[in-house]
Amino acid sequence: MPFTTCGVLLFAIGLYGVLAARPLLRRILAANIMGNGVFMVLVAGAFRPAQAGGAIPDPVAHALVLTGIVVAVSATALGLHLVCRLHELAPPAEDSRT
Amino acid sequence: MIPAGGASAMLPLLVSVPLLGGLASFVLGDRGRWAALGALALNAVLAALLLAATRAGPLDYALGGWSAPLGIALGADGLSALFVAVSALVTLVAGVYSLAYFAGGSATGRVFWPLWCLLLAALNTLFVTRDLFNTYVAIEVLGLSAVALVTLAGDVTAVRAALRYLLVSLVGSLCYLMGVALVYRVHGVLDAGALARISGSSPLECTALALMSAGLLLKTALFPLHFWLPEAHASAPAPVSAALSALVLKGTFYVLLRLWFEILPGAAGPGAGTTLAVLGAAAIAWGSLMAARTPRLKRLVAYSTVAQIGYLFLLFPLLGRGPGRAAALDAVVYFVLAHACAKAAMFLAAGNVQSVAGHDRIDELRGDALPGAGTQFAFALAGISLVGLPPTGGFAAKWMLLQGAAQAGAWWLFAVALGGALLAAIYVFRVLARCFDLTSVLAGREAPRLVHVAACREWSALVLALAALVLGLVAGPLLSGIHVPGVPR
Repeated sequence: MPFTTCGVLLFAIGLYGVLAARPLLRRILAANIMGNGVFMVLVAGAFRPAQAGGAIPDPVAHALVLTGIVVAVSATALGLHLVCRLHELAPPAEDSRT
Repeated sequence: MIPAGGASAMLPLLVSVPLLGGLASFVLGDRGRWAALGALALNAVLAALLLAATRAGPLDYALGGWSAPLGIALGADGLSALFVAVSALVTLVAGVYSLAYFAGGSATGRVFWPLWCLLLAALNTLFVTRDLFNTYVAIEVLGLSAVALVTLAGDVTAVRAALRYLLVSLVGSLCYLMGVALVYRVHGVLDAGALARISGSSPLECTALALMSAGLLLKTALFPLHFWLPEAHASAPAPVSAALSALVLKGTFYVLLRLWFEILPGAAGPGAGTTLAVLGAAAIAWGSLMAARTPRLKRLVAYSTVAQIGYLFLLFPLLGRGPGRAAALDAVVYFVLAHACAKAAMFLAAGNVQSVAGHDRIDELRGDALPGAGTQFAFALAGISLVGLPPTGGFAAKWMLLQGAAQAGAWWLFAVALGGALLAAIYVFRVLARCFDLTSVLAGREAPRLVHVAACREWSALVLALAALVLGLVAGPLLSGIHVPGVPR
């Protein structure tokens, strides 16, 4: 349960960051934190108490998180590439307004 | 879950054909466009076969022979087949348009084709998957390929709009994923069929549905979550704008439809549907007003999308229960089909106008600096369908909407639909009036047109506009095949 709460908190912090932050890099990082929150909720849900026939955690949740990490890496890469492109095309003083 | 003969083997092909086409076009470089077009054509054939096969009943396919709780199930019914078919049509026709739009051998052209195929693969996955997490992956692939396609316009505005689109898209899909995590917490399964049988209305399920809906509504751009749409859709290259408005928004709308009325029907309270309908009505008013005021043609078409998305949500209170349900579902599906064809035609036509006139400032467009009659006719036909005049697909959709509203006694929908049609007429005729502005011709100083657009660009816009027209004539036979679990016919 504490892990789930942490996950939900991370999700909320990340969401706030994406909406409130101005610098683009910070917003991309905030989206990553949001994703990590979701992954934490998923992994925390994989825990099974000992009485339910052995304490083997649910493997499906881990498979989901692994897939999610791959997606998050690709999305971050695209985001960072776009930030770089924006720096090339527009003067750096201007892009923080976006 | 017995596979219905060989027909269900089409389901994995619908995902793999565009994916392989995209890979092939990436490897082949300059000649990749033909590989991609081949894959698009093959996908169109598959979509037609799927449409025919689902008349007999839904199809199911267990990937790798692993059945649902352990493996990932694919499935298609009449509803998914119609979405697959309209995606196949629009991507193929806009693909032909792109042959002339992106110069052969250019770097942009080389990047376009793999992304275009990837977009189609993600859409098809979205429509045939029966697994909530697989849906998440499809949504992300769809979002990432759409963002990458927007950047192909190459200027600062496009890159800035793409970045904003990416962030919005990420927030939307992560909200959806959080909902999926909660559903998995409650039930321990992600298969749509299994969830439809066991889902209830516990608080955690309601939270899950609220999170998923919030994420998907953001990506479907329902007012007031549409703020990112006009910039992204207006700054993208013309064929990309067509796909974004016609298909990408409908992809997430399809997921919403499935979640609300099939997978988690208990979790949506009656008030929630009404809220969405009110937002839909607000979207129609706001989108149309902005479209009537904006100085740019492509932004006008983009704001019109904001308005048309509103119609899709107007019927949410009727879809849940009670009389008028079947008519309401027909109307929603028809709005999707008619808007997809008409809006794609309109964006392609706007792309032609921009190429010939060199700009898209509506007030400065003159009759003699416009592309040929084909483009103008396409724009007019598409506009008539958006307004909802007979005999177009837009009219059929609006007619079914009024039927459903009458059966359910929701008379306020009449006022919204009629007001929406009037507002749409205002922004459509605002553009059409420019086509008849022949002041410079009458003054005897008609300049010879300097830029011509390729014939295939005029024709592809016209073909899609004609498709929107034909949709109005074949509504009965097309819709008789939709069998959605839980909706009696």
